[in-house]
Amino acid sequence: MANSDCIVLQGGNMAEAHPVGFQWVAEAKARGATVIHIDPRFTRTSAVADRHIPIRAGSDIVLLGALINHVITHDLWFHEYVIAYTNAATIVTEDFADTDDLDGLFSGFDPESGTYDSDTWEYAQAGGGEVEDAGGEKGEQSSTEGDHGPGDQLGSGGAPLENAQVERDETLQHPRTVFQLLRRHYSRYTPAMVQEMCGIDAETFAALAETITSSSGRDRTTMWGYATGWTQHTSGAQFIRAAAVLQLLLGNVGRPGGGIMALRGHASIQGSTDIPTLFNLLPGYLPMPVAGLHDTLADYLDVVSGPGQKGFWGNADAYTVSLLKAYFGEHASAENDWCFDHLPRLTGPHGTYQTMMEMLDGGVEGYFVVGQNPAVGSANSRAQRLALAQLKWLVVRDLSLIETATWWKDSPEVASGELRTEDIETEVFFLPAATHVEKAGSFTQTQRLLQWRHKALDAPGDCQSELDFYYHLGVRIRELLAGSADERDRPLLEMTWDYALDEHGDPEPESVLKEINGYEVVPASGEGGDRTAGEGPGEAGDEGGGSAGSEAREGVGRALSGYAELAADGSTACGCWIYSGVYAEETNQAARRTPHGGDGPAQAKWGWAWPADRRILYNRASADPDGRPWSERKKWVWWDEEAGRWTGSDVPDFPAELHPHHRPEPGTGGVDGLAGDDPFVMQSDGKGWLYAPKGLVDGPFPTHYEAAESPVRNALYTQQQNPTRMLYPRGYNLDAPSAGEAGVEVYPYVFTTYRLTEHHTAGGMSRWLPYLSELQPEMFCEVSPALAAERGLTHNDWATIVSPRAVIEARVMVTDRMRPLRVDGREVHQVGLPYHWGVGEEAIVTGDAANDLLGVSLDANTQIQESKVASCDVRPGRRPRGAAAEELVADYNRRAGVTPQTGNQRLTDPEQEGRG
Amino acid sequence: MSPISPLEWPVLRQLRGRDALGRGPAVTSATTRELTSRNARADRVVQSVCPYCAVGCGQRVYVTDERVTQIEGDPDSPISRGRLCPKGSASEQLVNAPGRQTQVLYRAPRSTRWQPLERDTAIDMIARRFVQSRRRTWQDTDEQGRPLRRTMGIASLGGATLDNEENYLIKKLFTAAGAIQIENQARI
Ligand code: SF4
Repeated sequence: MANSDCIVLQGGNMAEAHPVGFQWVAEAKARGATVIHIDPRFTRTSAVADRHIPIRAGSDIVLLGALINHVITHDLWFHEYVIAYTNAATIVTEDFADTDDLDGLFSGFDPESGTYDSDTWEYAQAGGGEVEDAGGEKGEQSSTEGDHGPGDQLGSGGAPLENAQVERDETLQHPRTVFQLLRRHYSRYTPAMVQEMCGIDAETFAALAETITSSSGRDRTTMWGYATGWTQHTSGAQFIRAAAVLQLLLGNVGRPGGGIMALRGHASIQGSTDIPTLFNLLPGYLPMPVAGLHDTLADYLDVVSGPGQKGFWGNADAYTVSLLKAYFGEHASAENDWCFDHLPRLTGPHGTYQTMMEMLDGGVEGYFVVGQNPAVGSANSRAQRLALAQLKWLVVRDLSLIETATWWKDSPEVASGELRTEDIETEVFFLPAATHVEKAGSFTQTQRLLQWRHKALDAPGDCQSELDFYYHLGVRIRELLAGSADERDRPLLEMTWDYALDEHGDPEPESVLKEINGYEVVPASGEGGDRTAGEGPGEAGDEGGGSAGSEAREGVGRALSGYAELAADGSTACGCWIYSGVYAEETNQAARRTPHGGDGPAQAKWGWAWPADRRILYNRASADPDGRPWSERKKWVWWDEEAGRWTGSDVPDFPAELHPHHRPEPGTGGVDGLAGDDPFVMQSDGKGWLYAPKGLVDGPFPTHYEAAESPVRNALYTQQQNPTRMLYPRGYNLDAPSAGEAGVEVYPYVFTTYRLTEHHTAGGMSRWLPYLSELQPEMFCEVSPALAAERGLTHNDWATIVSPRAVIEARVMVTDRMRPLRVDGREVHQVGLPYHWGVGEEAIVTGDAANDLLGVSLDANTQIQESKVASCDVRPGRRPRGAAAEELVADYNRRAGVTPQTGNQRLTDPEQEGRG
Repeated sequence: MSPISPLEWPVLRQLRGRDALGRGPAVTSATTRELTSRNARADRVVQSVCPYCAVGCGQRVYVTDERVTQIEGDPDSPISRGRLCPKGSASEQLVNAPGRQTQVLYRAPRSTRWQPLERDTAIDMIARRFVQSRRRTWQDTDEQGRPLRRTMGIASLGGATLDNEENYLIKKLFTAAGAIQIENQARI
């Protein structure tokens, strides 16, 4: 970051949410970089930026699209980079129709299901026809690392295409090249549109465009940073895609000081997507199998890697088989498809919000909540609490008695009489957890760096790490099932669960880390690790499974040095292929602690970065097509002709000896299919994607739609909202009317939720700490002086905030930091709400939860809820108590004419537009 | 008690020594001179990482008599260069918080209060419920006869504050059990 010439922070408040990381922005600024903050609120970040640009929450794609348009029309894009490294020159099939042709929809939309068939988005095949996709789809594009989990069936990496026999026109003149389609798609995203939709005037826009374009090119790079201000929208994944498209056009990907940086909120949130505790993924972004799509291992591998696919996903068979060997050990063999059938199957999205609704419907019996506080921290937290009351049993593991552990006696619903403690059947187990210093283990921070924490001391009393708890729970479950002949119990009994144990009988975390890293499988027959000898371990092996608690692990050989060693023949086991190498040479590389990371610009001797200890992904792009650095100033990785290999300040993210001028035989798949100028090694065509023919469920180009609830009309298309957003029309999840619908004036304001430096998400790790509670003692709302005057709000006094879901109260903070924006010909007021407080009796500080106000409408790509923008009303004074509170919300909804159907139409009625 | 020499008068020390303005050693009392930081007295110092946000600041944990006495920024970390924000700086209180729970608690159906429970008993009870719920809610195939081999009766939430090794065991155990509804903060 300190290498950037310009840093644009959008959709986040980095100085507040990532204070210590912000020192690198400050350092870049001290070295002369320009820092721009684009955000609805003036925050601690804006205070130190060179410029703050207020924007209406949720309108970011209009701004980014207008920048794309500006860069294309003024010919400011990085020609050599774009032509060689992106799919700009690739030709798309004739059947593709854009949102400009269909007034806000792409071709292939099915209004019944609300989904797209992406067949018409494909590349045209060289010599006619289309490039066939390999059957399924996957998420994650180019430089946008991280959390944007794909829809329910999607893994990661570039979406697979059969191979990259595409038709290209490097003059970019063909009307169906990606470049020309891109130009047309954004032609109506103009400065005037930015003024109308974002509330940013033409002069400010011009200055922004000038700054980023003059800070990009051979000699300079611009970086974009975003946080949940982008992801928490019904088009969240597309916000990030829009920035990726712009950054590719400017040549800012894979180069020092460039890229798109996800600023993530939790210590190991990156780690928990890499090794996912997510429904749709297996470790290393392999997808969970889906019924009907991945019924056999062959189907699965076809979909994940596609036989002719270029690049590193072509080895998905080795990653998958090695994972199954890590999970099921000697039981996984070639004859039984490596126990692929032991894996359960998905049938659609099974995310946390779907789970909550199933709980409300009585379908879920047991729930583990581990270091999270959904009774305060999840959208529509009121519905979350009601859902908990439907469980048979609940296990909460945390440091203190958070609201999710005590809702049955002190929630707002118990106070109002809606729930009666004596009627709640749920059994609740509270198990105290160990803190970060009472256990050893690794966190993966936001730049994919794994850092090991050493254990400082034992945990007090009953406190226990998750590692110990889940290990022992697994042991007990296996004891209960021991001897079972039931087919369904086999996966549990055949799972490897024999980690090395310490003197207390608890698993050694490094033993688990070694499994994650991968090891050579030692065949049970004792023949040694001869890979070519056979299809894995001997026929019978030792049956019986379930040998918990042994010291040296059976079948576990040498630790692998990296994922290049993985094989699909059962000779290797690996719990997460992208982490392979973290335990190379039997050494915990995540524990490296050379002060300051040693010499060299990558500071590589501190922790371990995945993949393969690389600090910048796709860094082949930091050199020109001939392999020379783009400039002396931005030198990072380059081709050394003499040595015949890539070299530089970082581990090259490219086959080490692949000559820049190498061209593969057409039709070659896998790593061998990569050309010497295909830097995007995880994409199926080796190119950065300006256009995504596959992989996103709501369109190949980012397109602006209004939020699910918005008092503003979409000026670009008739279609108001993202037509693929996940809709949940339920009585407990009502939506406010949007622009053009009757009753929109009842909820006239836009609110946005955010965090403060002094607290941590739902407060479980901060509202119990005296220092932090003292620093930020009370829930408040930020309003502009104009809104305060309009609604009679007094600074320091109370305000009541009402949404169609709930009513809360907060202290009023009247501040110039909130600015009304002129949008679509009128004033739009925004209300800022931190979301750290909750109602309960245990914390040092409590308060109403902002998340009670939010509804559940989700991005269909990621299943992430929209919490950065929704509609509300604000009035002076405290909220009513008890049943009167519900009555107030009901009264608002009556006046607004809200029913479960409100806001839940997929397609906007063109009639409605006129009334907007 | 050491004899007091007139030469040790602060005013004279100020004139004699380098501290002409009397802001440093000249005015330091014997008691202050003998004070040492609790960090200097710690039995051990352990390198760790801040558990709050994803910046991943380095920490040094000071332990005396099997108690954490202080947590400070690790100046060796190339990420944080010794700095911590208010949360990271307060993390000693996370370990020693007055409201921290150290006992397993259980709330029976319809009960209005917690009761203490042995940890082993609790894990046993949870394992039994896990097995029963799994049996009751098992789905072998979908309507079209395609294999599902799963339970929709057991769900899990949490992970972004946990270690990679912990998430790995959770995903492995749940997947082998056929429980697919596992989620964490990455989606919240
Ligand atoms: S000290 Fe602050 S900035 Fe650093 S990791 Fe902890 S919470 Fe994040």
